[in-house]
Amino acid sequence: MQKEISTISVQPTVAAVPVELASKREKISAHQVCAFFGQNQALKNISLSIPEHSVVAIIGPSGCGKSTFLRSVNRMHEMIPESRITGTLTLDGEDIYQMDAVQVRRRIGMVFQKPNPFPTMSIADNVSAGLRMNGMRDRRRIEEIVERSLRQAALWNEVKDSLFKGGMSLSGGQQQRLCIARALAVSPDVLLMDEPASALDPISTAKIEELMYELKKDYTIVIVTHNMQQAARVSDRTAFFYMGELIEYDGTKKIFTMPSKKQTEEYITGRFG
Amino acid sequence: MFRYRKIKSTALYALCVASVLLALIPLLLIFYRTLSFGFTALNLDFFTQLPKPVGESGGGLANAIVGTMILVGIGCCLSLPVGILSGIYLSEYGQNVFGTSVRFLTDVLSGVPSIVTGVVAYTLVVIPMKHFSAYAGGVALAILMIPTITRTTEEMMKTVPHSYREAALALGISEWKTTLRIILRTSLGGVVTGVMLAIARAAGETAPLLFTALNNRFWHTTLDQPIASLTVFIYNYGVSPFDDWIAQAWAGALVLMLMILLLSIAVRFATRKRYHEH
Amino acid sequence: MTSTTQTNYGDTIFRNLTRAFAFLILLLIVFMVYEMYRTSASSIEKFGWSFLTRSVWDPVQEEYGALPFIYGTLVSSAVALVIAVPLSVGVAIFLSELAPAWLERPVSFFVELLAGIPSIVYGVWGFFVMVPWMRTTVEPLLSDHLGFIPLFRGAPYGVGMLSAGVILSIMILPIIASISRDVLKAVPRVQKEAALALGGTRWEATRIGLSYARSGIMGATILGLGRVLGETMAVTMVIGNRPAISASLFDPAYTMASVLANEFTEATTDMYLSALVEIALVLFVITIIVNSFARLLVWSVTRKNQAGRV
Repeated sequence: MQKEISTISVQPTVAAVPVELASKREKISAHQVCAFFGQNQALKNISLSIPEHSVVAIIGPSGCGKSTFLRSVNRMHEMIPESRITGTLTLDGEDIYQMDAVQVRRRIGMVFQKPNPFPTMSIADNVSAGLRMNGMRDRRRIEEIVERSLRQAALWNEVKDSLFKGGMSLSGGQQQRLCIARALAVSPDVLLMDEPASALDPISTAKIEELMYELKKDYTIVIVTHNMQQAARVSDRTAFFYMGELIEYDGTKKIFTMPSKKQTEEYITGRFG
Repeated sequence: MFRYRKIKSTALYALCVASVLLALIPLLLIFYRTLSFGFTALNLDFFTQLPKPVGESGGGLANAIVGTMILVGIGCCLSLPVGILSGIYLSEYGQNVFGTSVRFLTDVLSGVPSIVTGVVAYTLVVIPMKHFSAYAGGVALAILMIPTITRTTEEMMKTVPHSYREAALALGISEWKTTLRIILRTSLGGVVTGVMLAIARAAGETAPLLFTALNNRFWHTTLDQPIASLTVFIYNYGVSPFDDWIAQAWAGALVLMLMILLLSIAVRFATRKRYHEH
Repeated sequence: MTSTTQTNYGDTIFRNLTRAFAFLILLLIVFMVYEMYRTSASSIEKFGWSFLTRSVWDPVQEEYGALPFIYGTLVSSAVALVIAVPLSVGVAIFLSELAPAWLERPVSFFVELLAGIPSIVYGVWGFFVMVPWMRTTVEPLLSDHLGFIPLFRGAPYGVGMLSAGVILSIMILPIIASISRDVLKAVPRVQKEAALALGGTRWEATRIGLSYARSGIMGATILGLGRVLGETMAVTMVIGNRPAISASLFDPAYTMASVLANEFTEATTDMYLSALVEIALVLFVITIIVNSFARLLVWSVTRKNQAGRV
């Protein structure tokens, strides 16, 4: 497995164009972010900037803090008892931790590692859950948004005849796209994806990756992955986390071809992790 | 030597089998007697007619069947809000000293004899109102139902995987809406099971009704009057010296058992469906 | 930047609402004790602790003592446990060790069903079927063969302490058996297999399991005790309802629960009512102590198992 990884480090198909990125507006910015669980420090002084309409991948060995960082962006981190965060995180220049947590999560959607459609709801109800529970009553609009979101998640054609079937009746890959549609329905600006394809088969994984390429036209995407080929394929920028620290953050092509840090190189060539 | 030990082993297991038989016989007898005596006394009148005075044969316990339903209904109205909301508290916020003590006291409350809840309902409702009433019976049943509802609500909500809660919160749904419309909604099947068990138990209770709801040989008109119930009628008729009444007591026992059997089977089916989903 | 959550108003209101209802349960128990204490105040004041030790029960003279009822409750419960516990353990061993797998579901369903049969149904059956049988068959048989023991001496009335104990044992057997079975099933397989591997017989392996499950079975027994102490209808119909303390199990007796069931509506004077409520209070306190003890035992057992499972 690790040997395979080392052979793909120079993939000509990498899509990133770092020069273009530099001109993009900053969407999310982290400054000196530290996260704690009780006595344990999970993140150490993370500072990075995520540009609009791009895909940023976060890679690193398990336990390196990559998921914790993702969850501190939409304030899911604080759901864990005894968790604490210091530093500054902003969304469009606004301090995320000064905003209402519920509002933050409406603007920053999240897709989880394991597909988790609500088991008691139909496909359509799953997609519209966020809208309905925040008080939207207009049936017609809901239907429109459901269709739009399912189309964006590339699921519409597969489920348009079974919208009222249970969400759990779908396959794993379809369920994950359903979860993406559900996150898109509340019209967020940012989509956080926490290893969205790690529980899926290769074909479903390919579909999700394709989808991300489409979605970045409208959304800013941050994806955590332990799969380096995936990071190389889908992202414009890559951040390498190790032991709670941000080791290196640069254009994906550069990270995978000529990383400037020794630890990064060792990790992407499969010497540890 | 080993031979002796082998024989001993077999003999002791034989004792186990014997105890199973010994335990089963009375239970089968209870079923058999209730079925055979009950069916001979059961007819349509039982469900549609009022009790007849002593000496007149026939009649039924229609008012008692309706009375039991009303009493259980009052019990539900009082116990459902308390049971479900306290169950939500224990499952969502109860990981502290207060939660632990409430959990413990709920378990203790579930062990309180039903007759004692009757006494409490008597001092609480009957003495101030100065007469027996359906309300008093409902209060007594509610006290009995609360612990079952509270604990099953808690247990069932705890079985909902954490990932659903995360999914909902990440959609920008507030915590309380997540609790009610995702967590409680997902565990609803189990919660309903708990409520049905509580209903089955309450419908079969006699002791707490004896001196709260009392009894009534006629159709009740208002809830602040004594009201008939199937169980109290079974008791009164069962210890009476009249063959007619005794036969109706058996019929009542049969109807009660069938009601509870149906509830149990319904619960079984509800839970079985849930297991298949996961 | 702070890590404190800015909770929505809705969340705060909801949390406090549910907390209030949880508090209501706590309040309910305190209130129950208070209500009973208040109503029984005049009896408590007049008789003091001697209420528990006097055996006179005379509504005409307004003299009340609860001893016969306490005695009846304790002895009928003891009889029930003496019969039910060994049988339950036998049933539990059968279900956990001997019974084929397909038997498990129907049996557990049957047990649940039995636990759901209302006590009034047991009472009616006991009154019409069991009591006559006790009078004509069981009690003569016992007094013929075991009559040298004072417990089994005297006229076979049918209704009495023994009948109450038997009907109670039938009622609690399913409960104790099903909990004991769960406890036995939770015994680590390795323990039993080790015994078998060392050349033990199957029964010796079971015994190892039993020694592991001992405190769990104890907890199940005490839970069963908690239930029989307050059992009302079935007992009331078969115990004979006579407030007397007698050495023979054949003689009619009375329990705390059944005196409440029989006399509460007849309590015409305040002192009579007060004395009855005091009996309810005593019964409440006893069951609370027994149940608390059982819960603590079960909790400590499950906690130990969880710790050991890691």
